[in-house]
Amino acid sequence: MKYSAFALLREAFRGHRGWTPAWRKAEPKPHYDVVIIGGGGHGLATAFYLATEHGITNVAVLEKGYIGSGNAGRNTTIIRSNYLLPGNEPFYEWSMKLWEGLEQNLNYNAMVSQRGVLNLYHSDAQRDAFARRGNAMRLHGVDAELLHRDGVRRMVPFLDYDNARFPIHGGLLQRRGGTARHDAVVWGYARGADTRGVDIIENCEVTGLSIVNGRVTGVDTTRGTIRAKKVAMAVAGNTSRVAALAGLRLPIESHVLQAFVSEGIKPAIDCVVTFGAGHFYISQSDKGGLVFGGDIDGYNSYAWRGNLPIVEDVLEEGMAIWPGLGRIRMLRFWGGLMDMSMDGSPIIDRTPVDGLYLNAGWCYGGFKATPASGWCFAHLVARDEPYPVAAALRLDRFATGALIDERGAGAQPNLH
Amino acid sequence: MRINCPYCGPRGNEEFAYLGDATVRRPDPAAEDAAAQFYEYVYLRDNPAGSHRELWYHGGGCRSWLVVTRNIRTHEISDVAFADAGDKP
Ligand SMILES: Cc1cc2nc3c(=O)[nH]c(=O)nc-3n(C[C@H](O)[C@H](O)[C@H](O)COP(=O)(O)OP(=O)(O)OC[C@H]3O[C@@H](n4cnc5c(N)ncnc54)[C@H](O)[C@@H]3O)c2cc1C
Ligand SMILES: [Zn+2]
Repeated sequence: MKYSAFALLREAFRGHRGWTPAWRKAEPKPHYDVVIIGGGGHGLATAFYLATEHGITNVAVLEKGYIGSGNAGRNTTIIRSNYLLPGNEPFYEWSMKLWEGLEQNLNYNAMVSQRGVLNLYHSDAQRDAFARRGNAMRLHGVDAELLHRDGVRRMVPFLDYDNARFPIHGGLLQRRGGTARHDAVVWGYARGADTRGVDIIENCEVTGLSIVNGRVTGVDTTRGTIRAKKVAMAVAGNTSRVAALAGLRLPIESHVLQAFVSEGIKPAIDCVVTFGAGHFYISQSDKGGLVFGGDIDGYNSYAWRGNLPIVEDVLEEGMAIWPGLGRIRMLRFWGGLMDMSMDGSPIIDRTPVDGLYLNAGWCYGGFKATPASGWCFAHLVARDEPYPVAAALRLDRFATGALIDERGAGAQPNLH
Repeated sequence: MRINCPYCGPRGNEEFAYLGDATVRRPDPAAEDAAAQFYEYVYLRDNPAGSHRELWYHGGGCRSWLVVTRNIRTHEISDVAFADAGDKP
């Protein structure tokens, strides 16, 4: 069913009784051309682009819970393409371009809002580093503006500009960055894929991979065995566990990242602001809640929840730039499972097992990558060769030394 | 999460710095396949969803390196011991 202003009007007169489910509850079939493990944003986007860009529709997306129950439904929804390194920037910019046309392409309101992402800097050295990043972005044809203190003050007048320890000197602004509604992205891709024949199978956990003579032939699941010509993993925080089913050890650790939302308040902040002297970011949802977060907790975790020291740390950083936050009540906070890679950058590649493909290492920043990740992974699975903007996101870069380490932190996942 | 340091007693995890998996061992740089072994040592991890032996440094206390055995699904800590020479990074 196509969504339009006309459909809305028609349903308004019919008491909204004509809306149909956005996707079918599919039952597993015995065989597919492609099985995608993981019904998060990346798995569903991959299915969508396999169908629309490559004509491959005999596809199943297997999800152990309900779709969007992982990080796709837990993130702070920031989208941006303000990376420094050549291995990353063209990829994230391709994602931004796909975000810009996503809602028309999906016929779904994903609430993509290019409200601007403003990274504050607090010292001369940091200004130089941000100027360098902005220049690198512009060399890749991406928008970037370096603002001085007054420019920042015009955008967000209520920050603490007189903080003695972390004075705000200015910011690097990407106006095309912003936010999108995370659940709507999941639902939009699911509906788009389903309409084109993809089976979305929920409550179906993959428990085994069958491999014959070095080639994958299917998966064992809690809903039976399913044969497949190709199997594509997009399971984010559970990557090491699923890859272990194929005997693979990966350059990945699972870590917990927490996020926070306040009670709803009137419109206060109309862009995304990040604190440069630590790690804190904040925006406001359409419901009025302030959505914010900071660093990962910093130790391996599959627990879906974090600990109090990070809660304290995040709130302290928030107070350092916006003291008014102290007057607002917190509503809730939660955690998600990060697939932290050893250089902080993602992997979209084949694996040593024929027909088995890997999409992982998204760390705390894979929501913004959802469209391009799906696009590039679909290309890889369909054609067995990387899409050009994802060509550097190789699994063997850790062995060859061609790392993509934006932070310059080395092989220490909790520091990226 | 509180870590029961054998020297200082139970302390909040904010006093400690995390290094990671304590089971990996630095290979012999003179070995014939040293490059391959170093790749595994530096980058590859089991990352199990269960019991994990891991290195923590008590920087806000006695400054000892500790080997903590922790269930990664629940954060429950079953054992804390001083790291010996072989464990140390
Ligand atoms: C608190 C928080 C804040 C974040 N903020 C941002 C942000 O502001 N901007 C940004 O760009 N990114 C952000 N991220 C990161 C982003 O959410 C993730 O990188 C991204 O969602 C990962 O891709 P995904 O959507 O496919 O993952 P997921 O939604 O986690 O999808 C993986 C799916 O695989 C399923 N699965 C796992 N194992 C199996 C199995 N054996 N069988 C079947 N299914 C399985 C899981 O149930 C899950 O649904 C944040 C993450 C968190 C947790
Ligand atoms: Zn101690």
